[in-house]
Amino acid sequence: MGFLFDSNTWQEIFGSIGKNRTRTIITVIGVLWGIFIYIVLSGAAKGLDNGFEKQFQNVAMNSMFTWAQSTSMPYKGFKTGRQIQLKLKDVSILKNRIPEIQYIAPRNVKGVFGGGPAQIIRGGKSGNYAVYGDYPISTKIATKKIYDDGRFINDEDIDGARKVCVIGERTQKELFEIDENPIGNYIRIDNVFFQVVGVHKFTPGGGFESDSDIYIPFTTFRKLYNTGENVGWFAIAAYDDADVIKVEENVKAILKAIHNVNPKDDRAIGSFNLGEIFNRIVGFAKGLTFMSLVVGIATILAGVIGIGNILLISVKERTKELGVRRALGATPREVRSLIILESVFLTMIAGVMGIILGAGVLSLINKWTQGMDFPYANPTVPIPYVLGALAIMVVLGTLIGLIPAQRAVSIKPIDALREE
Amino acid sequence: MIEIKNLHKSYKMGSNSLHVLKGINFSVEEGELVAIMGSSGSGKSTLLNILGMLDVLDEGSYTLDGVPIKNLNETKAAQYRNKFLGFVFQSFNLINYKSAMENVALPLYYQKVGRKERQEKALKYLEQVGLREWADHLPSELSGGQKQRVAIARAMAAEPKVLLADEPTGALDSTTSYEVMDLIQKINDAGNTILIVTHEPDIADMCKRIVHLKDGVIVEDKKITQIRASQYV
Repeated sequence: MGFLFDSNTWQEIFGSIGKNRTRTIITVIGVLWGIFIYIVLSGAAKGLDNGFEKQFQNVAMNSMFTWAQSTSMPYKGFKTGRQIQLKLKDVSILKNRIPEIQYIAPRNVKGVFGGGPAQIIRGGKSGNYAVYGDYPISTKIATKKIYDDGRFINDEDIDGARKVCVIGERTQKELFEIDENPIGNYIRIDNVFFQVVGVHKFTPGGGFESDSDIYIPFTTFRKLYNTGENVGWFAIAAYDDADVIKVEENVKAILKAIHNVNPKDDRAIGSFNLGEIFNRIVGFAKGLTFMSLVVGIATILAGVIGIGNILLISVKERTKELGVRRALGATPREVRSLIILESVFLTMIAGVMGIILGAGVLSLINKWTQGMDFPYANPTVPIPYVLGALAIMVVLGTLIGLIPAQRAVSIKPIDALREE
Repeated sequence: MIEIKNLHKSYKMGSNSLHVLKGINFSVEEGELVAIMGSSGSGKSTLLNILGMLDVLDEGSYTLDGVPIKNLNETKAAQYRNKFLGFVFQSFNLINYKSAMENVALPLYYQKVGRKERQEKALKYLEQVGLREWADHLPSELSGGQKQRVAIARAMAAEPKVLLADEPTGALDSTTSYEVMDLIQKINDAGNTILIVTHEPDIADMCKRIVHLKDGVIVEDKKITQIRASQYV
């Protein structure tokens, strides 16, 4: 291997690849294109992956929601079409019976699923917004970013059924002046005064929540709208290592039992599993990564084959030169390594240039998509992938170089010299 | 220096076999300047190729500087060629993308001589053939005679035991031919053994010995009085 670090070897290689510059450049572009495609594709796939993850970052991945609907089967003397109502006491039953549940947050809302939104008034300004009755624990399942100075609903608010609320960015814009700090001010929700304790920052994450939502303590909501023990729906987060789909099934089975629903009635209890949706999206991103890997490697392969092809032609053209070299004392081994090194060198140069170019394009795309509502963030290609691609190229370059190298050696010097 | 006994060589052409050399016995002493003559098809190039280890013999023996040349693999042959022989070809066979100096230095590269020393030696030999100022020129920028002189410098650079020249003047006009022969004679005067394959009688007359080949056998082998090429230059 010593010859690899011999400046003479490299001089020979530069000499021979430098003599047909146009052809060398075009050949290099073939491989360069391959690795470029590979880098850009896998970087873009990673960017999408990151983008999806960013969109879901404020929601616990292994979370689910469950709500009650009307029955579709008669059971225990109850008729079909009975409306089921989830109750607060379901919480402790579910928590006790399903140990995989980490958090469970009962929630209520006015103004989303039928029923008009609450009328909100502040001084001369008014608007209609959805009002949620929440426990502090619901932020464990779906993170709420609260602007500085503010806070979310806390346990004391719940215990005292305090009349405090957290408003949305849009609510703030529509009810308050620009330079006004809403914290500590009062608004009227359906004619009851509430003190604003926080403003939440809206992060789009699917679902029905919006930037104008108002959150009040669950206990206050109950008094305000006289909902008693009723719960609109449960937001449930399972432990990280739990199987959410299993938890979802168990939750529904238990709720059916509590509310006297036929266990086979699939309509009575509705649910939505974020984990499943998330897994599907992650699967999509993974598929994309895999596809870019396949396409990239195939393109690299095509480029490397191009190099092999060109070197074959080059060996044919250089038959005489190689014959002279051998007459002057080049051993077959030296001739072979000359050709293989040319191949590897061309592949490597192309590879490194392709990687640099690909990285440049990725960072450009990143710049353009910044601030756009598009799930794309921080497109990167993991270093092992890059090194792996380079390694593949060296191996392929060597293998493909073997063909012209063998051909160069198989020509006898006498035949090479005789050729005019 | 060269000892050949009962050398046979035939080529297979499909089902036929062409017997080219039919028992050559031939020896060359150190310092000789031998012309191998013969019409085309007489086997003179084949003989030179075997002497140059570019081809293998079928039968007989070949000893070069006391070393029996037999059963060589390509690697060994390459090493022997590099150590023992210098080649001069009719069509010069310079590498067209290398400068004159790099061409001369090439056999030294395969002798693993360092770069600095290689260049110094190459320049020294270019100086000997009178092309020191042309060291950085590409072969395409040289005339035919200059190219052949570069080729001779290249053959000499490895300091071979024997210089083998295959029609060295075949592609040159007569004035240039005599210049090249003058150079060859001077190299011979310095004590180098040289074999020249030629079909030109005037070139052969400038050697010290003429070997005539006809149909694969030596028909004549005579020592002659050398005609100096310098008188024509």
